[in-house]
Amino acid sequence: MSGLELEQVSIAIDGKTLFRELDLTVAPGEVATIMGPSGSGKSSLLSLICGTLEPAFERGGIVRLNGRDIGRLPPERRRVGILFQDDLLFPHLSVGENLLFALPADVRPRAERRRRAETALAEAGLEGFADRDPASLSGGQRARVALMRTLLSAPHCLLLDEPFGKLDHDLRAKVRRFVFDHACDAGLPTLLVTHEAADADAAGGPVITLHDGG
Amino acid sequence: MRHGWLRFLPGLTLLLFLGPIAAGLIGTLLPAFGYLPALGGTHLSLEPWRALLAAPGLGKAIGLSLLTGISSTAIAFVLTVLLFASGHGTRAFNRAKRAMTPLLAVPHLAMAVGLAFLLSPSGWIVRLISPWLSGWQTPPDVALVQGPFGIALILGLVVKEMPFLLLMTFAALGQIRADDQIRMARSLGHGPVQAWLKVALPQVYPQIRLPIYAVLAFSLSVVDMAMVLGPTTPPTLAPLVLRWFNDPELTMRLQAAAGAMLQLLIVLAAIACWRAAEGVIGRLSRGWLIDGRRGGDGRIARLFGWSGLAVVVSLAGGSLAGLAIWSIAGRWRFPSALPDRFSVKTWMAQAGHLADPAWTTLAVGVAATALALLLVIGCLENESRQGRMPGLGALTLIYVPLLIPQIGFLFGVQVVLVWAGLDGGWIGLVWSHLLFVLPYVFLALADPYRALDPRYARIALLLGKRPLGVLLRVKLAMLLRPVLIAAAVGFAVSVAQFLPTQFVGAGRLTTLTTEALSLAAGGNRRVVGVFAILLAALPLLGFALAAAIPAWRFRHRRGMAIGAPG
Repeated sequence: MSGLELEQVSIAIDGKTLFRELDLTVAPGEVATIMGPSGSGKSSLLSLICGTLEPAFERGGIVRLNGRDIGRLPPERRRVGILFQDDLLFPHLSVGENLLFALPADVRPRAERRRRAETALAEAGLEGFADRDPASLSGGQRARVALMRTLLSAPHCLLLDEPFGKLDHDLRAKVRRFVFDHACDAGLPTLLVTHEAADADAAGGPVITLHDGG
Repeated sequence: MRHGWLRFLPGLTLLLFLGPIAAGLIGTLLPAFGYLPALGGTHLSLEPWRALLAAPGLGKAIGLSLLTGISSTAIAFVLTVLLFASGHGTRAFNRAKRAMTPLLAVPHLAMAVGLAFLLSPSGWIVRLISPWLSGWQTPPDVALVQGPFGIALILGLVVKEMPFLLLMTFAALGQIRADDQIRMARSLGHGPVQAWLKVALPQVYPQIRLPIYAVLAFSLSVVDMAMVLGPTTPPTLAPLVLRWFNDPELTMRLQAAAGAMLQLLIVLAAIACWRAAEGVIGRLSRGWLIDGRRGGDGRIARLFGWSGLAVVVSLAGGSLAGLAIWSIAGRWRFPSALPDRFSVKTWMAQAGHLADPAWTTLAVGVAATALALLLVIGCLENESRQGRMPGLGALTLIYVPLLIPQIGFLFGVQVVLVWAGLDGGWIGLVWSHLLFVLPYVFLALADPYRALDPRYARIALLLGKRPLGVLLRVKLAMLLRPVLIAAAVGFAVSVAQFLPTQFVGAGRLTTLTTEALSLAAGGNRRVVGVFAILLAALPLLGFALAAAIPAWRFRHRRGMAIGAPG
């Protein structure tokens, strides 16, 4: 079975349940949306899937990616890509180096690595940006580089943790389209967390609403 | 709300602590070239340098300084990196970090004396394995302490400097949102160790560069630890130079001044070499940063990092426990692991000798710390009212006293104080401690002070409070915890000072540190234990108060609890 499957997933902290028994299947190329007020556990759910949820949280249920239970793997071996509201481009590396950082080591030789990074930049409409300092890019450009970086790491699914939250209105729709199109083309099951109904509409997939306190 | 006088405070502060250093350097430089009118030297010559270069054992002393100073700094740095790379974000690591603060508080000399008890041929470690494992009925003939390669000195420096680097690195990590970036690197598939090395280290290193240089400068020129743990014939360079300064033959001071200048050159050259090595390693590792290799789960780094930490913590813990036990030991024959009986006889007998130096230690520490707090808070408050931060240049100036070897300028300070009639007095002693207390108080307080939400003060002003009232009753009241920690740090630094007291106290004012060091040579372990454990206890008491007072003061204020948001 391919895709991202959540089976009876629940999270609690200090005896307080954030949500319980969440069931969800996201098919390859599909974008599912999780909505809910802040504090409803949206981001905690994504942390649970990535493997970065703080140990203080109690968790239950099973997370499968392409049929494999990934619940006990360390974050780096889950093949789960994630984008946050902040692009988190590494400030000590150039734009191109940020992409090369993510490209797996088995892509060789160096000329091929560089070609792959440049192709990715061209796809993002950023030809010739490889040597630029990430700090010199605009918000929309940075968001696109961040997505290309994540895609180059060859993930098996994509999580979006309110990644459009800091973009202004016009840019928001463009970047959103760019991200969804690429996730779709790459055949990635994608899970979007947001509190904007417009994001959910654009995603077009199933929508799950979490309520405060489950 | 502009206070005219406050604007002159940063300048005054710099003058107060850079002035004596500049005067001290000149006051050492001139004698190094034969000019010291008090001893009849009235014209410049190269004679002191000729005498220095002809001094027996000089080459070996320099070699030992380089060996112990550079290897201890490198070991402390590598251990710090391994620990962060393999432990970042784990709960065990956060606990280990908290255990480091008390290690930082213990004066170098107390730690050195404790380590000597632990590592010497008749020390605790040998006792614990004798005779059942080793078969030794009498102390073996192995020289680790004061041995030829300075191994005990290297260990001692690592035990003291690693906690410092660990805490400085931790503070620097807070500035770069390291947690988020490392989480991102791991979601891109990098193992924990590679993620830290490739993402956090390149960003953190520029911020811990000055602390590393300070550790290097200190380790290359340390005197008190080297006199207890280091080789003796010859010792490392700094104690050798001190020996010449204290020589009854007064003309030796010219040679000693030249030696002090040589020590300064060695430190500056070592820092320059380290800087050059950074550049080379930085360039060579550029390709490695982006080769896409993910690394494993980091178990090897974890093994080495945590073993290193275990050695450091057990050496430090064993040292302090050893000091405490020797101070209350009755009869204690060689292979026994513990004394036959305990008694407070040594404490009773030494009470009279303890009182004076303990009082001086306390008074100088409190005075220097209070002055430093006043100056630092004044500078920070001025900065926040002017609304601009000083650049990196000012930070480098703050580090100057930590980058220049003490022995390189304290003789000159002494010369100046004698000339001004201030030697052997309280003013000179407090001032000389202030030179080293001030930078640490600034480093401890600057970040929390700048991080305080400026809106609290603005609201208080709008409510009609005067600026001074706002500073005292809003800002400092909210910053009680970091202010007290900065005070505890400053006090600990003062308690630990050896050379300033030695040069400026002129034998008339002695502290626990100078007393403990002169007793250490005598070899009565019980008496040395009493002085050293008191020496270690004073700064620890300071840190305990710094933790207890805010905890009690804010016991009904959840928003002021440790870890509370904001």
